[in-house]
Amino acid sequence: MAMKTYRQAINEAIVGEMRRDADVILMGEDVAGGAGGSGEDDAWGGPLGVTKGLLSEFGPGRVLDTPISEAGFIGAAIGAAASGLRPVVDLMFNDFVGVCFDQVVNQAAKYRYMFGGQDQIPLTIRTMIGAGLSISSQHSQSLYPVFSYFAGLKVLVPSSPYDAKGLLTSAIRDNDPVIFCEHKLLYDMTEDVPDEGYAIPLGEASLLREGGDVTVVALSRMVHVASDAAAILAREGIETDLLDPRTTTPLDTESILESVEATGRLVIVDESGPRCGMASDIAALVAEEGFGDLRAPIVKVTPPHVPIPAAPNLEALYVPDVNRVLDAVRRVVAY
Amino acid sequence: MAIDFTTADPEALQRRRAIRNDPVQRYRRLVEIRAAEARIREFHSSGQAWGTTHCADGQEAVAVGLAAAAPPTDLFWVAHRVHAMGLALGCTLESVFAENLGRTTGSVGGIGGSFHLTDVGVGLIHSFTIIGTQIAQAVGGAFASQVLGSDRVTVAVFGDGAVNIGVFHEALNLAALWKAPVVFILENNHYAEFTHVDTVTTVTPLARRADSYGIPWRVVDGQDVESVTSATTAALDHARHGGGPTLLEMSTYRYLGHSRSDPAAYRPEGEADAWHERDPIKVEAARLLSEGLATDDDLSAVDELVASDIAEAAEIAYSAPNPPLSAMFTNVWAPDPPSGGSAGSVR
Repeated sequence: MAMKTYRQAINEAIVGEMRRDADVILMGEDVAGGAGGSGEDDAWGGPLGVTKGLLSEFGPGRVLDTPISEAGFIGAAIGAAASGLRPVVDLMFNDFVGVCFDQVVNQAAKYRYMFGGQDQIPLTIRTMIGAGLSISSQHSQSLYPVFSYFAGLKVLVPSSPYDAKGLLTSAIRDNDPVIFCEHKLLYDMTEDVPDEGYAIPLGEASLLREGGDVTVVALSRMVHVASDAAAILAREGIETDLLDPRTTTPLDTESILESVEATGRLVIVDESGPRCGMASDIAALVAEEGFGDLRAPIVKVTPPHVPIPAAPNLEALYVPDVNRVLDAVRRVVAY
Repeated sequence: MAIDFTTADPEALQRRRAIRNDPVQRYRRLVEIRAAEARIREFHSSGQAWGTTHCADGQEAVAVGLAAAAPPTDLFWVAHRVHAMGLALGCTLESVFAENLGRTTGSVGGIGGSFHLTDVGVGLIHSFTIIGTQIAQAVGGAFASQVLGSDRVTVAVFGDGAVNIGVFHEALNLAALWKAPVVFILENNHYAEFTHVDTVTTVTPLARRADSYGIPWRVVDGQDVESVTSATTAALDHARHGGGPTLLEMSTYRYLGHSRSDPAAYRPEGEADAWHERDPIKVEAARLLSEGLATDDDLSAVDELVASDIAEAAEIAYSAPNPPLSAMFTNVWAPDPPSGGSAGSVR
C-alpha cells in the first residue's frame, strides 16, 4: 500500500492485467507516447501521461500508437475483441465519440445481442471526461449518460485512485464492452492504493458518508464537491448520506432507494447536463420507485443546458460547486 | 477467448466444405441461392414475413466464389445483402429462412431479421447494416490473428456504396500500416440503393483507391465463379503468408432493386440485358458442360434437388416457433462477469 495518484492507479491496473493476460493489448492515439520518432521512446504515454512505461514493458506488438482515426481503430478493436483479444482502447477525449459513434453504440453495444450470443466483445474504452481545463466545448463534456442510454455498454465513472484501479481491473476482465470515464481533474489526486491487483464489482455504489438527513448522490469529480459540502453541512447539524454509484451501468438502484427511504430527501450532483443526464435518470428512478419516501422535492445540481465555455470565470460558473450543493441541501432540508 | 468452432452445426460445416473442391457443388449452390432468394421474396409478398429484404440475384458467383476460396476457419465480415454470402458459406436454408421469418430457429434466433446473419462455426462473423462499419472490424480481426499467432485471414465484404465513407479509408490505412492478413472484397454491383456508382465518385475503377494506401488491387469478373475463386485464393494466400492486404473489386450486377420495395425503375433500358447474357449460373453451366464435368441431365437433376431442398426447408422454417419473450432479454450482457458484477442488476 502506498499513496498513488489516479493516473498511477490507472496505469497499474493496465500493467497488472497485461502481465496477467497476454490477450490484453492497448491501442490509441499517442498511448505509446511518441513511438517511432528518432528521439526518446515512451516519452509521453498519452496526453496526460497515463500509459507511460507500457511500451517499454510490453513492446510495440501489444502497445500500439494509432493514427487519428477513431472510427478505424475503435472498429478494429471491436473486431479484435470478437476474434479473441481483450483490447483496451484509448478514446482520448470522450467528445471524440462524435466521429466513431457508430462503432461504439451500434456495433460494440449490440454485437453480442445481434450475434445471437455466438461471440462477445471484451473491450474496454478509456476516455477522459470533465470540464476545468479551459479547453472549451469539444474537450470538456461528461457524456456518460449518453453511453448509459445504450443497452450492452457498461459505464464506469471512478471518483478516486482506489476505485479507478479496481474498476478498471474489472472492466478489462469483463466480457462486455465497457466505457471507462476518467475525469481529467482527478489525475493528480492521491490516496492509498494497494500494489497488488484487485477488482471492484460493477454495480455497487460506495457509501462515503453516513447521515440521516439527506441523501446526496454524486458522480465522478462531483463526489469531492459534494463531500466538501457535506463537511460544512455537518457543522450546521445536517448529516448527509453521500453515495457514489461508481458505475452508471449497471446502476446500483437498490442503494439509492434504500438511502432515500431513510432520509426522505435527495440531491443529485452531476457534471453531465440537466437534460437527459444521470441526475435526471436518478431523479426519475426515485420519483417512480421511491416517491412515497420523499419528504421534499428532488433537487438536481447540474451545469446549465449550454455548451461549455473556455473563459475560466465562465467555466467555473458552469461546473457545479460547493455553494450550489449547500444551497440545494439546505433547501430540501428546510422544505 | 478464441472463437469456438467446435460448436459449428455439422450440416452447415458440411455445406461449407462441399463447395471447396467440387465445381458441380458450386453450381448447385449458385442455383440454390437464386431459388432461395425467390422463396424469401414469396414469404414477403404473401405476408408471411415482415420487414425488408435485400436480394443479390445476379451476384451469386461472388458469394460462392469467395466461400469456395476460403478455409472454414477464415472469418467473413459481410454487408447487409447477406442471404447469398450466408448460404454460400454454409448457413442452412432453414436458418436463413427462419431468420427472415423471425423464428427462434433462425441464424440469430429471429433477433436479426433478413440482413443480420451470424454463424461463426462456418466463418460468418456477422452481417452489418451500417455501411462500411465492418471493414474496420475485419482489420481488427486480422490484427488479432497476428497477435495470437493464428494463420486465420479475415475477409471484409462490402459494396460499391461503401467506398466513399470514411471508415473504408481509415480501415485500409490501418490494414496497410499493420500489414494485416485481411482481404477486402469490393462487390461492385453498380448501384448503392437507387444511385448509380458513376454519379457519386470521379475515381474509377473504384479499387484504385487502394493505391492511396499502397495496397495491391485488381478488378475481377464477378459473373464467373471460378475467376472469383482463383483471385480470392491468391489474395488469401498472400495475406496468410505475411504479404498483407489486397483489395479485389468484383464487377457484378444487381438484377433487382435495392430492397423489396424498389422496382428499380431508374435503370436505363437494356442495361440489365447485357448482364443477364453473362448470368453467373449460365456461365458456370456452360463451363461444366464444355469441360465434360456434367451433362444436361446432371444439371436438370441439380435443379430438381434444389427445388425440393427449398420446399422442405421453407416448410420447416415456417413451422418453427416464434421466439419467446425471454429471447428479447437474452444476450444483452455476457453471462457471469468475472469481475463479480451482477449482469442481472444492470438497469
